[in-house]
Amino acid sequence: MNYTKKHLILGIMLSVLGVLAVGCKKEKKPPPPPPPPAPVTATLSANPATIQSGQSSTLTWSTQNATDITLDGNKVDASGSQSVSPRQTTTYHLVAKGAGGTQDAPATVTVIAPPPPPTPTPTPAPSLTDDQIFAQALSDVYFDYDKADLRPEGQQMLARAAQVIAAHGNWTVRIEGNCDERGSTEYNLALGERRASAAQQALAAGGVSASQLKTVSYGKEKPVCTESTEDCWQRNRRDHFVLVH
Amino acid sequence: MVKIKWTVKALLLTATACCASAANAFQGKPILVINPSQDRPRLAVPDFKAGTTDPQTGPLNTVFNQTLWNDLDNAGIFDMVAKSFYPLLTPGQPAEIKEAAWGNPPPNAGLLAFGNLGANSGKVDVQGWLFDVKNAGAPPILGKQYREDATPDKAREIAHRFADEIISRLGAGVPGIAESKIFFISTRTGSKEVWSMDYDGANQQQLTHLGSVALSPRISPDRSRLVFSGLTKDSWQIMMYSLELGRLVAFPRSGGDNISPAWSSDGSRVAFASSRGQGGTEIYLADSSGGGSRRLTTGHINVSPVFNPKTNGQIAFVSGQSGLPQLYTMDADGSNVQRITDQGYAVSPSWSPNGLLLAFSWIRNYGPGVVGGADIYLMDIASRQIVQLTHDSGRNDFPSWSPDGRHIVFQSTRGGTEQIWSVLADGTHLQQLTREGRNTQPNWSYQ
Repeated sequence: MNYTKKHLILGIMLSVLGVLAVGCKKEKKPPPPPPPPAPVTATLSANPATIQSGQSSTLTWSTQNATDITLDGNKVDASGSQSVSPRQTTTYHLVAKGAGGTQDAPATVTVIAPPPPPTPTPTPAPSLTDDQIFAQALSDVYFDYDKADLRPEGQQMLARAAQVIAAHGNWTVRIEGNCDERGSTEYNLALGERRASAAQQALAAGGVSASQLKTVSYGKEKPVCTESTEDCWQRNRRDHFVLVH
Repeated sequence: MVKIKWTVKALLLTATACCASAANAFQGKPILVINPSQDRPRLAVPDFKAGTTDPQTGPLNTVFNQTLWNDLDNAGIFDMVAKSFYPLLTPGQPAEIKEAAWGNPPPNAGLLAFGNLGANSGKVDVQGWLFDVKNAGAPPILGKQYREDATPDKAREIAHRFADEIISRLGAGVPGIAESKIFFISTRTGSKEVWSMDYDGANQQQLTHLGSVALSPRISPDRSRLVFSGLTKDSWQIMMYSLELGRLVAFPRSGGDNISPAWSSDGSRVAFASSRGQGGTEIYLADSSGGGSRRLTTGHINVSPVFNPKTNGQIAFVSGQSGLPQLYTMDADGSNVQRITDQGYAVSPSWSPNGLLLAFSWIRNYGPGVVGGADIYLMDIASRQIVQLTHDSGRNDFPSWSPDGRHIVFQSTRGGTEQIWSVLADGTHLQQLTREGRNTQPNWSYQ
């Protein structure tokens, strides 16, 4: 606003005051005007504001200076409460009308879907101990006479077992190489060590950390069977696996 | 029973005064000669006479006489004259000798060992002499006196000492072995422990108390320490036992399995096999306290090293690098590896004291369907010629030479279970030394 406009407005206001003062002196004093109507107020709340379908919420409202009060079109008292059970999210309107005007107070009740019916909880299977998991994953592997090469079935078992061992990073597994009674004591210790090493390498190739694997050879010192038969010798030419505690 | 097949060229194991004529063994078919019986001096050993009337004298004298006879018989250098040929009157003192009665048939002895033994106040006194009865009036070859506590062990010990004097005097300076010891593994307590015994099987004593598994006992050349392999909670470790302290002493442990130790004959080094490195069991060499160890071999299974005790410059060992185990030699720095057996399953080399021969265990014709146990063989290393020492009697393994190079001790299942036997290197004088529990891996002391 520039300087000229300010003065113009100020001049007009002074002129109006002057006209009014002249007029008052000239006319009869009129009756006092009615007091202005008191303003209408209205509040509406829902508690709880969120319900599951089928549950109910309580609407509580109050008004002042209203003569015509409706809650969603139904006449209600100036204040009160009412239970509602909407099937879906609904906004209620409290409309209060009076001389002082009209007020519309909304309140929304949010309806959420009920939780799915609880499925019957299956009886939890008794959790397997590490020893049981270990025993299921690893069984003895067998070798040919004077050989330390894994047979195909041994390789397959170890490939599967490697995943189990790798998944249990806290496990330490001892691989025990064994021989039958026919070889000489000292050579058999070295042969058993090679057998244990063969399984160690297969497990490492399957992803098992080297720090989880230990080997020992028992040579022919710890046979599972002591007869001098091929069946018994075969049972003793083996790697045995132990979960170290 | 042990027989010898005279199939290879002359291997003169000992040079005793009695068998200088062994050179003629080259004539005709090649043979292995130790002591041709026709060259052995005929030795008469009448029971020693009672020196006192003490009640202990009789029992002690019985122990003494049995031990002395066995020692002289086992030595393998005498033709022992049977007692049934002896005169009725036997001497207890030099003055009582009647040379003609011994030197002529039926005894026809060349040498006469005799003496007396008497217990007195808890002590036992022994006097012993050796006379050349073909040379009447000559001074004694040997005269000895002994005094010890009056116990059977001491009576046996005196007999061993007297026998060793006689053998040493007549064996071209080669000491007797009657005072030597054999160390071995026994299960008789329920676990495998190291035991010791006299060379003749007497006086068996437990040394270790591991409670697990001890294997491969090897006595140090000075007989003060014994190295072996023991099973701990999770590995095999080389362990050292002090015979002077009667307990284990420190030896460094390492990763992997550590097995089959062996001494150099000067006692300064220990070789052994270990899987501590990557890739297999290899032979390592360390000083006698286990320090400064270094690897000598590479490849597959290499195990069971043994030094050439004459030079300590060579090591024989067993390797699986070509399949079934075979014997190899190498220089003590790991160079110059040579395979010395060509077939079968050959293990457990033991080097003779003179460095010329290897004793070993061999399944010579190993193969599918082939029946045959492991037998003890001797190989002349220079010529690679081989002679078989045991024949078709169970599994025979872990030969070990006596200090005089005339005997071999080994384990055998010939009696049904694993037991320890000794035999002269010509295959005679086979004796079972152990009977209780299972007994394996004998190791004869160096002296």
